[in-house]
Amino acid sequence: MTKKLMSGNEALARGAFEAGVTVAAGYPGTPSTEILEELVKSEGVYAEWAPNEKVAFEVGIGASIAGARVLVTLKQVGLNVAADPLFTFSYTGVNGGFVFINADDPQLHSSQNEQDNRHYARAAKIPMLEPADSAEAKAMLIKAYGISEEFDTPVMLRTTTRISHSKSIVELGERSEVGNKPYEKRFDKFVMLPGNAFKRHIFVEERLRRLAEFNDAGDLNPIISGSPKLGIIAAGAAYEYAREAFPAASHLKLGMTYPLPAETIRAFAAGVERLFVVEELDPFLEDQIKAMGIEVTGKACLPLIGELNPDIVFKGITGAYDEAKDLARPGLAEELAESDRLQTDFADAPMRPPIMCPGCPHRAVYSVLKRLKVIVNGDIGCYTLGALPPLSGLDTQLCMGTGVSVVHGFGLADPDFRKRAVGVIGDSTFIHSGITGLIDIVYNGGQNTVIILDNRITAMTGRQQNPATGRTLRGTPAPELDFEQLAAAIGVKSVRVVDPYETEEVERAVKEELAKDEASLIIARRPCLLVERFTAPPFAVDPVTCKDCGACSNIGCPAIAKSGAPIKPGGPAKPVIDPAVCVGCALCFKACKFDAISQAKEG
Amino acid sequence: MTQDKTTNILIVGVGGQGILLSADILALLLVGQGFDVKQAEIHGMSQRGGSVHSMVRYGTAISSPLISRGDVDYLMAYEELEALRWAPFVKPGGTVIVNKKQIAPAPVALGVAAYPEDPLARLRQNFARTTLVEADRLAQEAGNVRAANLVMLGALAAGLPFSKELWRDTIAGRVPPKTLEVNQDAFELGWEVANA
Repeated sequence: MTKKLMSGNEALARGAFEAGVTVAAGYPGTPSTEILEELVKSEGVYAEWAPNEKVAFEVGIGASIAGARVLVTLKQVGLNVAADPLFTFSYTGVNGGFVFINADDPQLHSSQNEQDNRHYARAAKIPMLEPADSAEAKAMLIKAYGISEEFDTPVMLRTTTRISHSKSIVELGERSEVGNKPYEKRFDKFVMLPGNAFKRHIFVEERLRRLAEFNDAGDLNPIISGSPKLGIIAAGAAYEYAREAFPAASHLKLGMTYPLPAETIRAFAAGVERLFVVEELDPFLEDQIKAMGIEVTGKACLPLIGELNPDIVFKGITGAYDEAKDLARPGLAEELAESDRLQTDFADAPMRPPIMCPGCPHRAVYSVLKRLKVIVNGDIGCYTLGALPPLSGLDTQLCMGTGVSVVHGFGLADPDFRKRAVGVIGDSTFIHSGITGLIDIVYNGGQNTVIILDNRITAMTGRQQNPATGRTLRGTPAPELDFEQLAAAIGVKSVRVVDPYETEEVERAVKEELAKDEASLIIARRPCLLVERFTAPPFAVDPVTCKDCGACSNIGCPAIAKSGAPIKPGGPAKPVIDPAVCVGCALCFKACKFDAISQAKEG
Repeated sequence: MTQDKTTNILIVGVGGQGILLSADILALLLVGQGFDVKQAEIHGMSQRGGSVHSMVRYGTAISSPLISRGDVDYLMAYEELEALRWAPFVKPGGTVIVNKKQIAPAPVALGVAAYPEDPLARLRQNFARTTLVEADRLAQEAGNVRAANLVMLGALAAGLPFSKELWRDTIAGRVPPKTLEVNQDAFELGWEVANA
């Protein structure tokens, strides 16, 4: 048997392969992205990036009904997009097994909210599994296909960032070639007219009851016996933290967290003196356990917000129950006390936030928008980083698509905004959710200006292909979606393409399009520098000519340090450009009004 | 409940410094030695100059992928400010290995925050076992400044109970063949500094 150190996402891809999955679809989203990137390398599996999660989910539904075993992957906010098909697919059920992996992001490592998607399993009345490490991720995914086919249901496998991105040891197995199930026309099952759907709802409720029985009888929820003084119920990463903090306590580790194994929980609760539930984000388990009439402590001593870790679990539980200290890992309390002291001592360490790369084309567009003092309705992607100082380039940013639709709303609230607000959106994001917004603007006579920041890649999630890049997830060539023609077909009369590096041209375009009494689309096109390297000789500031006006440092380039910046004691008298970081994009050169910035001669 | 010895290693630095590669080599070696290993890191922002870290834990049976605050045995920092940021994770008596290198984060370059004064002295005050490594200079000596991460790994390896041959074999299995010689030399220089 081969043993390998694998991330949760790699293990899930391996699990899909071993389970005999033949069709997989998804949309990139941290922390779920690597699953399909890994799975596509496997022989016998077709995997694709869809334009958005709803499409991916529906492609998966089609493949399942047609008989294949299917995997769909998405991040937590992606399930909002795919929620529409999910709720009715719960009614129809499957043919070939269907599992979707939902990756939540407590602590918002790379997300716009901290929603707890466990609620979706309950709302859609489908089973949910939660692995605690990579080996379990693989094993549970394989098991999930059995559950899906036995109970005729889509199954949700929920990870969090820590499960998807942490590595642990996995034993590799063989692939089962399960083959397609035969397709059969089933009007009563797969056509959800109200009369059919009503009967399927009865089936769904009965299925849920049987799943709860299955969960109680199965082996997905092991009890790790310890002291009866303290019992802890947990799942996923939270279980690992609880076990780390209290190795001597009794633990009920839930693997299938919906529908809950009520009898198992009752029996465990009866055997311990104090019962705690440790879970990240909402009191999902706690509320249901309390509804069973069981006394349990959870959010009264543990946070609703952010990720947990062993320290938070230790402090929370011992704060509520002093005797728990005896069951904690020896030395933990002392180490934490010393660490608290050091944290106070070292609290002056400044943050190191991520920043747009040197030479990033997005920065060039933002520098123009800042100069024009326009309102900017933003979207989700690398260009969201333009919201941070010194560019401070965004007025709004919520979810995929808002770069297009919110600017229309601004113009409706007050016509004045049509002349001074723009929407910005990335190429992949525009395809994901911006096209319908643009149709809305044109259809309803909106006179808004939208800018596609087209860097020819899905950059933020790690450079994935999309329908405009000319390549698929499989690396095969594909037709490039033509934004100009698409906009024309939608009915946008004023469409223009600009090079972000030509800032004067960008400025002219924005001014002219905002002045027009019609919908406008500006496509600011230049490839992401991580895809197509751009290097020219670096620029330098002449400290004698420089008037220290701040124009160059205000573009927020990581190569430029402001005058007086405490990078070294005393700081430089004038701004300095780090030649090792500068890629020679010339944005600072164009921003300087005093000719104090010049480019080194070609080496 | 058995209390088997777990060793916790924390590698920190700035996006682009090769932190994840060193963590991968370390974890590969440990898995090969039959340990239970867990490794935790956050992807996504590393290419954009953000703070990057990787936690590697090994022993008989590891639960949490995250190391508890105050439980780190070895902190390997590729940048001085990052060493200071993560120092509260180190256990009393733990080892700190720091690259002599300062990279100003955006708030410092913009003049809205100050780079902390003399991080090394403050680390030494709290941790007797603090080793300073001039990783960039040594990597240059080995043939490429980008191999500074292997210099650092060499300095860490010198304090761990595994033979140099084992490390060299693991490195050979992980880095691209054309960079192997430079990486091996860089590792060697780091190993020597730590043993000096």
